[in-house]
Formats: sequence, structure tokens, C-alpha cells
Amino acid sequence: MYFDSFQALLTMNGHGIYVWPAYLITIVVIMAVLIAPVRRRNRLLEQLAAELRRTESATVSGVRGEQ
Amino acid sequence: MWTLFHKLGSPPWLYAIAGAILRWLVPITLVALVGGMVWGVLFTAPDFRQGNSYRIIYIHVPAAVVALAGYYVMAIAGAISLIWRMKMADVVMKAAAPVGAALTFIALLTGAIWGKPTWGTWWVWDARITSMLILLFLYLGVVALYEAFDNKEAAGKACAVLSLVGMVNIPIIYKSVDWWYSLHQPASIKFSGESTIDPSMLYPLLLMIAAFYALFTCCLLMNMRAELLQRESRTQWVKKIAGKEGRR
Repeated sequence: MYFDSFQALLTMNGHGIYVWPAYLITIVVIMAVLIAPVRRRNRLLEQLAAELRRTESATVSGVRGEQ
Repeated sequence: MWTLFHKLGSPPWLYAIAGAILRWLVPITLVALVGGMVWGVLFTAPDFRQGNSYRIIYIHVPAAVVALAGYYVMAIAGAISLIWRMKMADVVMKAAAPVGAALTFIALLTGAIWGKPTWGTWWVWDARITSMLILLFLYLGVVALYEAFDNKEAAGKACAVLSLVGMVNIPIIYKSVDWWYSLHQPASIKFSGESTIDPSMLYPLLLMIAAFYALFTCCLLMNMRAELLQRESRTQWVKKIAGKEGRR
């Protein structure tokens, strides 16, 4: 490691207050763009599955109603 | 050749192949991103003039490079969907826009933070920075324009035209540091001739550029998969997937 101590790594000779927020915000944005499509896909599949179950139970009860 | 072309137009095939790629590309991307960041922040020497603030380079440059490359992907996909009416090109265009916007945002924000200790200011209206801001608006414009139309076919056409018109901005961004007097420094890495950056700094930077390209690809494929499911939600293949994976 280049830095001698954890303290030196944090402060970076006064540049730590620039470097660390830059990295932190970047990591947050990266996580957001990675997670957003996963959540969208899961939500969509759940919706579709719920719809499927509804139509299935509707047709089953419809058949029973005829009997 | 024609079979591949035919397959590329097939949503279930595209969905499956994207899933197969993502299974190994996502872990590789995460390892490369973390590895590159740790390398750049912990294991490189500081710049002799800028000190430690230069460590922002390992996220700033990759984000900017891939934000520009992503615009080509979006605009070319837009052109294909306009000219050949290829539905999947429209999916690619729509999937690229939010990722490009996020990368442009990272480039602008880290640039502003880097500018403060280096130039003494967060922001200047110079050519490089302003043209990057326009790039952000172009990406956000495509996202917003798509949402603004109820008719998605019209939305796709309008977005394709906007992204093609926006292509004029790309050479302006590349050449801005050469054409105008700018606070922003010219490129340090050159394809022709000697790069003006030390190898010990160049290698982690190249790793981060590769990692950001991989990140863009991952997000693009993931967005495409979600978009495909939504567009094809009435078809049998999507119902099959929903029946298998859609339970809590």
C-alpha cells in the first residue's frame, strides 16, 4: 500500500475530502444502475405470475360453475 | 449469416443469450471494478503535481470514455430501428439511454470534485465540460421523450431522430480540448504515439476503462431483458418464465 497509515489514507494530505466522496457517489450510482433493471424485471414477473394465477383460478371456477 | 440475423430479431433467443452472458459477465465486472478501484486508490503513487486528488482519474476517465462509447451504441441502434424497422434495435436504444446518463453524470460530478483542488473551481463553462453537460441532456432527453409518448412506435422514432441529431455533439466533445482554449487537459492516452502517463498509473486506468465497458454491457443487457419481458408480456414464452420465476 502507498499510504503509511489508515489516517494518511483517509486524509490523503488534504485531498481525502475530494477523493472519497467522488468514489462514494460513483459506487452509489453504479449500484443504482445495476439494481434498477433487476427490480424492474422481478416486479414485472411477479405481476405476470399473479395475473396468470388469477386467470387460472377464474377458468377453474368457471368450469365448476357450469357443472 | 441470415440465421444469426433472424435470431437477433427473436426476443426469446435474445433474452436467453443475454441471460447466459450476464451470468459470467456480472461477477467479472464487479471484481474488475473493485480491483481497479483498490489498485488506483491504495497502490499507486500520487501525481507529482496534483498530489492525491488525481486518484479521481480512475473513475472520471473511464466513466467519460464509456459515456461517449455508449452514445454510439444508442445512436447506431436508433439508426437501425429507423431504417430497417428492427424492433430489437429499438430495445437496445431504449436500454442504453439511462446507463449512458448515469455514466455521464459520474463523469461530470467527479470532474467537478476533481476541479476544485486542481483548478480552484467546481465548474467552468468551457467547451469540454459544457459539451459533456449537453451529452447528459441528450441521454435524459431520450429517456424522457420515450416516456412522453403513449404510442411506443412513435416514441421510438422520435428518440432515434433525437439521438442521431445529437451525434453532432460527439466530435465536439472529442475535439473540444484541441479546438478551444480549455481548463481541461488534452488526452494523456493516445492510440498513436507515446502516452503521457506513467505505466504504473496507466495499467490500473486501463483496467478501470475495461471494467466500465463491462459495466455498460451488463446494464445494457439487463435493461434489454426487462424491456423484452414487458413488450412480450402477452406471449407464451414470457408467461412460462413468469410461471417459473414470478413467485415470491
